[in-house]
Amino acid sequence: MQERLKRLDVILGIHPESPYQVMEKALKRAPKDIISDLIDSGLKGRGGAGFLTGLKWKFAAAAEGDEKFVVCNADEGEPGTFKDREILTIVPKKVLAGMGICAYVIGAKKGYIYLRGEYKYLVPHLEREIAEFHKNCFKLELDFNVEVFLGSGAYVCGEETALLNSMEGFRGEPRNKPPFPTNNGYLGKPTVVNNVETLVSAQVVSRIGVEEFKKLGIQDSHGSKLFSVSGDTPRPGIYDLEFGLSLEEFVREFGDGDTKAVQVGGASGFCVPRKKFQSTTIGFPGGLTGDSLPTGGSMMIFNSSRSMYNVLRNYLDFFEEESCGQCTPCRIGCQQLKVGIEAVKRGDKDPEYLQQLLKLTDTMKITAKCGLGQSVANSFSSIVDNFREEMIY
Amino acid sequence: MTKTDLMVKELVDKYGNKRESLLPILQGVYDLEHFVSDEAMVSIARNLDLSSADVYGKSTFYSFLDTIPRGKFVIRVCKTIVCDMHDKNQIVDTLENILKIKVGETTLNRKFSLLYTNCLGWCHKGPAMLVNDDVYTDLTPESIREIITDYKNRE
Repeated sequence: MQERLKRLDVILGIHPESPYQVMEKALKRAPKDIISDLIDSGLKGRGGAGFLTGLKWKFAAAAEGDEKFVVCNADEGEPGTFKDREILTIVPKKVLAGMGICAYVIGAKKGYIYLRGEYKYLVPHLEREIAEFHKNCFKLELDFNVEVFLGSGAYVCGEETALLNSMEGFRGEPRNKPPFPTNNGYLGKPTVVNNVETLVSAQVVSRIGVEEFKKLGIQDSHGSKLFSVSGDTPRPGIYDLEFGLSLEEFVREFGDGDTKAVQVGGASGFCVPRKKFQSTTIGFPGGLTGDSLPTGGSMMIFNSSRSMYNVLRNYLDFFEEESCGQCTPCRIGCQQLKVGIEAVKRGDKDPEYLQQLLKLTDTMKITAKCGLGQSVANSFSSIVDNFREEMIY
Repeated sequence: MTKTDLMVKELVDKYGNKRESLLPILQGVYDLEHFVSDEAMVSIARNLDLSSADVYGKSTFYSFLDTIPRGKFVIRVCKTIVCDMHDKNQIVDTLENILKIKVGETTLNRKFSLLYTNCLGWCHKGPAMLVNDDVYTDLTPESIREIITDYKNRE
């Protein structure tokens, strides 16, 4: 295979310095230095929303509270995403070291890994790792205890406030923001909720330093990123790539020679047609690694044998089922979008009706309470705009 | 004390009677009984000092916590896009033929339930399914037959 894309092994690789040695080194520094390093590194959340990790930790560190929490968001539910499972399987120590550093920085004594129910088989593996982690914490005199909290099959719980509600024993419905979890999180206490990969990347910043970290990626998107590649590709799997690659390069490497479209960022992300591969770059500036839901790096490839109508219908089916039902734009919107495209396809509605549906997604974008309802518009409008004829005929 | 009350009490002793224990307790009930019964919900509500409607609301929110009886082995076939593209229908047809039930149903001997689920996170190895907590990937009609035969022989 040619080295057209820069392959890294920052996230899943083995390094001379073990994750717990990295943690030990970090624990000797002042929390405020770790925070300023993280902010300087420009590390953004790898779940998809892309909030500056350093700022999140800073807010939680500054928040008043007798008790604070670190929550690792492993509720990876975005269609086409499976990298968090791989991280937890291959390098759980890096995740736990990241949690340990975060706990030290913000002053938390308790941490949780919110693991999606679909990955329940990982629990014994994680519990063995956690037991070893606790021994290391004890050695380093870090008073920090981690537990696994298991989800039960609800995509929306990947949204951080829905996740907290789920942990607290309420329905997994998103809360209003503000207040943000950094001030008012689990049980109303300051809480950092970070994606699995974000915690690993925070640990990477401690290991290689700000300067080296910033050498990876482009402009505002620093570091490397795990991409989950699936669909019509001869090489499905997980790849550690640098931010800033163009979709053209990506498709040349992973496509099957007949790629029609790539869905970037999962069902809540954007569908990019062939004619835009050249002009599309992957990274935060293009806003293309998923909008605001906990995803990041989902790359689904479709070749010319696929009906984009079927793809969109499948997504809408997914959103309709996974909408928590709390706010009307999302609950009714998802249903109506699905009914709407079916009616157009059957010929019961004129093709112009698609414009009405696009207006509905605009409304959902503005009025839905959380990222789920807001981001339905991404896939809907990018598929309908680019593959309009497939929606009608 | 009824059998259900005893089961719930054991789970409450294990996880605590705080509201935060609600999901782990419901999951515990599901693991033991393959669904969350009305009786169990009422008992949990009493133990946690919540309304039973509240517990019902929580149970019905999650797709992995069914409130109607399921079989001992719950098969959940992924129906999200990539598995769908990789012949999920063929897998479901095979399962329906072998088990002689349709999706959403449970076999008469209460051994198997067949359900759809959303993305399992195995898109690169689709089609994929769960049988209770165990993951099966790269499914073919042949591998399905082997897997089901194996479960049929389990008690």
